[in-house]
Amino acid sequence: MTQTNANNKLVIKLVFIVFGMFGFGFALVPLYDVFCDIAGINGKTENSAAIYESVEIDESREVTVEFITRTNTGMPWEFRAETKRIKVHPGELNTVSFYVRNPASSNIVAQAIPSVSPGTAAIYLNKTECFCFNQQPLTAGAEAYMPMQFYVDPQLPEDITYFTLQYTLYDVTARASDLTTNPNPFMVPQPESGK
Amino acid sequence: MSKATEIVTPGTAAHSDDHEHHDHIPKGITRWLFTTNHKDIGTLYLWFAFIMFLVGGAMAMVIRAELFQPGLQIVEPNFFNQMTTVHGLIMVFGAVMPAFTGLANWLIPMMIGAPDMALPRMNNWSFWILPGAFLILLSSLFMEGGGPAFGWTFYAPLSTTYSGDSTALFVFSVHIMGISSIMGAINVIVTIFNMRAPGMTWMKMPLFVWTWLITAFLLIAVMPVLAGAVTMVLTDKFFGTSFFDAAGGGDPVMFQHIFWFFGHPEVYIMILPAFGIISQIVPTFSRKQLFGYASMVYATASIALLSFVVWAHHMFTTGMPVYMEMFFMFATMLISVPTGVKVFNWVATMWRGSLSFEMPMMFAIAFIVLFTIGGLSGLMLAITPVDFQYHDTYFVVAHFHYVLVTGAVFSIMAAVYYWLPKWTGKMYDNTLAKWHFWCSLVSVNVLFFPMHFVGLAGMPRRIPDYALQFADFNKWISLGGFAFGLSQLIFLALLIKACRKQGEPVSSQVWEGAEGLEWEIPSPAPYHTFETPPVVK
Repeated sequence: MTQTNANNKLVIKLVFIVFGMFGFGFALVPLYDVFCDIAGINGKTENSAAIYESVEIDESREVTVEFITRTNTGMPWEFRAETKRIKVHPGELNTVSFYVRNPASSNIVAQAIPSVSPGTAAIYLNKTECFCFNQQPLTAGAEAYMPMQFYVDPQLPEDITYFTLQYTLYDVTARASDLTTNPNPFMVPQPESGK
Repeated sequence: MSKATEIVTPGTAAHSDDHEHHDHIPKGITRWLFTTNHKDIGTLYLWFAFIMFLVGGAMAMVIRAELFQPGLQIVEPNFFNQMTTVHGLIMVFGAVMPAFTGLANWLIPMMIGAPDMALPRMNNWSFWILPGAFLILLSSLFMEGGGPAFGWTFYAPLSTTYSGDSTALFVFSVHIMGISSIMGAINVIVTIFNMRAPGMTWMKMPLFVWTWLITAFLLIAVMPVLAGAVTMVLTDKFFGTSFFDAAGGGDPVMFQHIFWFFGHPEVYIMILPAFGIISQIVPTFSRKQLFGYASMVYATASIALLSFVVWAHHMFTTGMPVYMEMFFMFATMLISVPTGVKVFNWVATMWRGSLSFEMPMMFAIAFIVLFTIGGLSGLMLAITPVDFQYHDTYFVVAHFHYVLVTGAVFSIMAAVYYWLPKWTGKMYDNTLAKWHFWCSLVSVNVLFFPMHFVGLAGMPRRIPDYALQFADFNKWISLGGFAFGLSQLIFLALLIKACRKQGEPVSSQVWEGAEGLEWEIPSPAPYHTFETPPVVK
């Protein structure tokens, strides 16, 4: 019957739309990152090292960068920025240090997630070296000073004179690689405890 | 709508012996379990929606009882959160949406001159999986740790990191509700595309059919996205993925983007059919053609299209850059233009009409006034700078209850009063109807209007306790809530009477000014109608 055929054809098209939209829901996940990356609006900094070469230092401007640290719920580490606030000239290379200590009785692997506020400043913060690029393992009771080297892009819009970089430490032990094969390079050497 | 009334209806001759021939109605429970008849399925949907309305309403009574006084009196905060969550889910997915689907089932074939829905077996399934979905959702309340308590919007990480094991049941029930709505929507689209009677051109279709067609497209576009969102919550919670977990490279704010990409079209899914209903009722009782039929169609389509680009107005406080806030603010305000066209057209239809105020018209007029109040508070919420004050306060609760209760729910009640005599063949009990209308109208405003004030004064939503200065208003709100809840029992009594076929018999036209194919067939509507398509001239 032609009616049935017409119905079936339309149903197939509609079902196609349904599956397409289901896929689109998942496609939103990468699209979201791509969009935020292009527009530079999510406060996410680059997850890989920037190369510092032939950057002109803009001596006429000073930008204040503030560092905030927090740990996610259930993450026992002590975590603080050694430098709370620093005034930099755009283009100038600076190194700051973050202190962590694992007070727990077990080995823990951490991942630091950066977030810049206001979000539009994120793409102008270039890190040449950061502990957040890798997972950071610490054995029970160990402590470390983790460096972060950065410069502010001289292209930073004039109206931004102050921005905040926040690191949140997450416990990723459950999905981390084995930490005995991957010791933390920034760990403070510990005195041998008598056994 | 142009005059679609000059029709030939050979399939519905009113001779009783002719009825005998093709009105063979199966008996007993199997009639309802196995039915593929659009009228039976419509009835099932409507009763299911009404039962869910009472269940969700009972949960609202628990919420209002707890909020009657400051401090914690009756329920634990965790149970309070479950009540707000499940109340929202039931009212959205269990009451309003199935009620509209029920009306679509009953009315669309009769309005376009089709013998049934295009896919009757799928129609049976799309209804019968719904009770299962809500059984799963409701049973989760009795699990250890309770049911979902993260709000109907299930924001991550509340629903992923901080939720109980019952989240899995929540996810599956939403999957099933989504499948049901998608099947219903596909059925509506195929029916309208392929089964219109000869001569029923696109621009002759009644507005209820038009608005439902556009709604159905919204449904198939966004319900799969909701299914995706709940699936991501499921895998984040139970299977170690990190869609919304920053530790694994995900982003909790992305949840809100995905959810509201579904969520904003969803609110138009719940209001566009209401616009259609009001556009059917107002001309009847004004005894005039609808003013601006074509502009109504275009306004509906523009609202539907705009609904895809405004979602982030739910998220102004998440720290978006200013230019994005500006975009979403202006896009949202743009929606008030087609909505304004609609309200203008309804008022213009009534202008110099010979009005009469039967119960459907009373509800329709209440809808126009009160929905507009809800629309205006929505316009206030769209203004980014002030939204920072209103966000997550009772002002938001007042806003969406004005558009959903005095909007969507009132339109459904208007529709039931309007078409009930056609369904049963008997006029409803007008005394009960008047009591129902006036009790509902007064109590609903006592219930929701003061919420604007406590909201502006800073009372947050979804919290079982509040500061002392809100005590008086909350007492009024709760009293209004109890009164509104009780008023719906009058409606229940009226419906039971109507289903027992008590009341005055009505003519096939029922209402003096009613026009359209559904008013050409006898009352009550025979079990099978338009088996031979009418010719619309």
